[in-house]
Amino acid sequence: MDLYQELILEHSKRPQHAGLREPFEAEVHHVNPTCGDEVTLRVHVEGEGADAVVRDISYDALGCSISTASASVLAEEVIGRTVAEAMVTHEAMRAMLTSKGEDPGDEDVIGDGVAFAGVAKYPARVKCALLGWMAFTDALHQAGIDTNSTTTAP
Amino acid sequence: MSNATTATVFDDGELARIRAGFPILTRTVRDGRPLVYLDSGATSQRHTRALDAERAFSEQVNAAVHRGAHQLSEEATDRYEQARATIAGFVGGATDEVVFTKNATESLNLVAYGFSNSVAGQDKDPRLSLGPGDEILITEMEHHANLVPWQELARRTGATLRWVGVTDEGRLDLDGVHGPALGELLTDRTKVFAFTHVSNVLGTVNPVRRLADAARSVGALSVLDACQSAPHLALDVADLGVDFAAFSGHKMYGPTGIGVLWGRQDLLAAMPPFITGGSMIETVRMEGTTYAAPPQRFEAGSPNAAQAIGLAAAIEWLQELGMDRVHAHEQALTERLLAGLAERPWVRVVGPVDGVDRGSAVAFVVDGVHAHDVGQVLDDQGVEARVGHHCAWPLHRRMRATATTRASLAAYTTPAEVDALLVALDRVPDVFGVAS
Ligand SMILES: Cc1ncc(COP(=O)(O)O)c(C=O)c1O
Repeated sequence: MDLYQELILEHSKRPQHAGLREPFEAEVHHVNPTCGDEVTLRVHVEGEGADAVVRDISYDALGCSISTASASVLAEEVIGRTVAEAMVTHEAMRAMLTSKGEDPGDEDVIGDGVAFAGVAKYPARVKCALLGWMAFTDALHQAGIDTNSTTTAP
Repeated sequence: MSNATTATVFDDGELARIRAGFPILTRTVRDGRPLVYLDSGATSQRHTRALDAERAFSEQVNAAVHRGAHQLSEEATDRYEQARATIAGFVGGATDEVVFTKNATESLNLVAYGFSNSVAGQDKDPRLSLGPGDEILITEMEHHANLVPWQELARRTGATLRWVGVTDEGRLDLDGVHGPALGELLTDRTKVFAFTHVSNVLGTVNPVRRLADAARSVGALSVLDACQSAPHLALDVADLGVDFAAFSGHKMYGPTGIGVLWGRQDLLAAMPPFITGGSMIETVRMEGTTYAAPPQRFEAGSPNAAQAIGLAAAIEWLQELGMDRVHAHEQALTERLLAGLAERPWVRVVGPVDGVDRGSAVAFVVDGVHAHDVGQVLDDQGVEARVGHHCAWPLHRRMRATATTRASLAAYTTPAEVDALLVALDRVPDVFGVAS
């Protein structure tokens, strides 16, 4: 099955950066009401605005392989990056996942995220793949980071 | 009630005739795989007789029902009322005890909104008025449609919501093994007891007569969620002894947009309307309005007449088939499925593991694999089952499952389809590298 790429299965079995850690500026809890998947996610950022650096993303995910692997890839790709870079990755993931299979994803931008390209063909699963990302952007907002002003930043 | 039948009651020829009434069953999914539809508990496929009846009504009779005196309107009204009579006959009630709604969810809300706040005063029927100190009893295995409206009623009136728990096996904990027993929960404070006939997740068939009698003995009204029983077994509201029963047309081979509330005549007569407007009035003055008698009182606005007629046609088809035979057929298939699952130790059935007092919804979890992923592997092989919490989140929490995969059977399900599910399931441990 092209949906379950080896990378996805690996990340779901051994989620990177999993567990909830200190310090953090915001913690959010997101659910997927149709299947009951849940993720609790914390962010630790340093600095202000677009130049703020994501020092840590820690999470506790209870869900399918797609949502768990997606949270794992999110943490792997984004920890250590600036908020501006994280938003570029998020936007590229979202575009790929909602492209109905047209956009294969750019490995240079989304790294292991390309393994999720197959999810775009299953509209019911897109929410699973985006759950962690939605929680992450929400957590940034709650931490007082204005991600809108950063999305267009270079 | 379940005789362990080994042979399916519909033979191959009869099953083929049944399936011919459902053209969708011949389509393919996911790159040409034959469709194995095992999600009839969510929505069943529609019989061509239901579709034909809808179309014939629309092409030849369509006009506003209960409005106007021209010939078409008379004929349309007549067909709509015939549909009501057919449904009344199907559940063993009187024709004016049948209210058409949009779906079971609306039917249940109609009843919940029929109860009102006792402090709001006026000449309310004491059976239907609630306040602080009064109690509403439900169960932990309810679909959200028979749960949230009661939580809301409690919130509006200050009454307390209580519930009967569920055992590890997936039956109502009536004897109080894990929590309070029915006798402690159902007291003279209880005004209403709402419960499902058959669980849409566990498949459990509840002892309706016993529960309805217990409610009556303390002066509480009983409300039955018959969504998962009306399509599968012979219903007789008088035998069951309940005060209200709700079900949906789209789960019993009929159209969407049509549901039914059956209610005891004297109770419907005492109940205020839920939705108000045209077609539900007796007289209207600028100063105020008096309401029509039931069932019209509860059918404000232009109804889904063609869909009511479609549902009646589906029900006539079921009656010709015989509900006893439908039940025996599904029972045999359920036992086949349960036996197959029992041979797979990596599968845990959530609900009764044998066919006793059990309907044909079978939910299960695969060790170490989330239901969404199980469903995806099945779907890839053309097997359409439901994954998630099936609108029964508290029940899933109780059964210690985040989500389950559910197969639900119907009159058109074949033994080969049950086997196809089992074979498809065997791929799950391989794909996810878990022990099988
Ligand atoms: C047991 C049960 N109750 C209530 C409902 C609600 O039915 P509907 O969504 O048609 O209103 C369903 C189906 O979804 C059900 O299975």
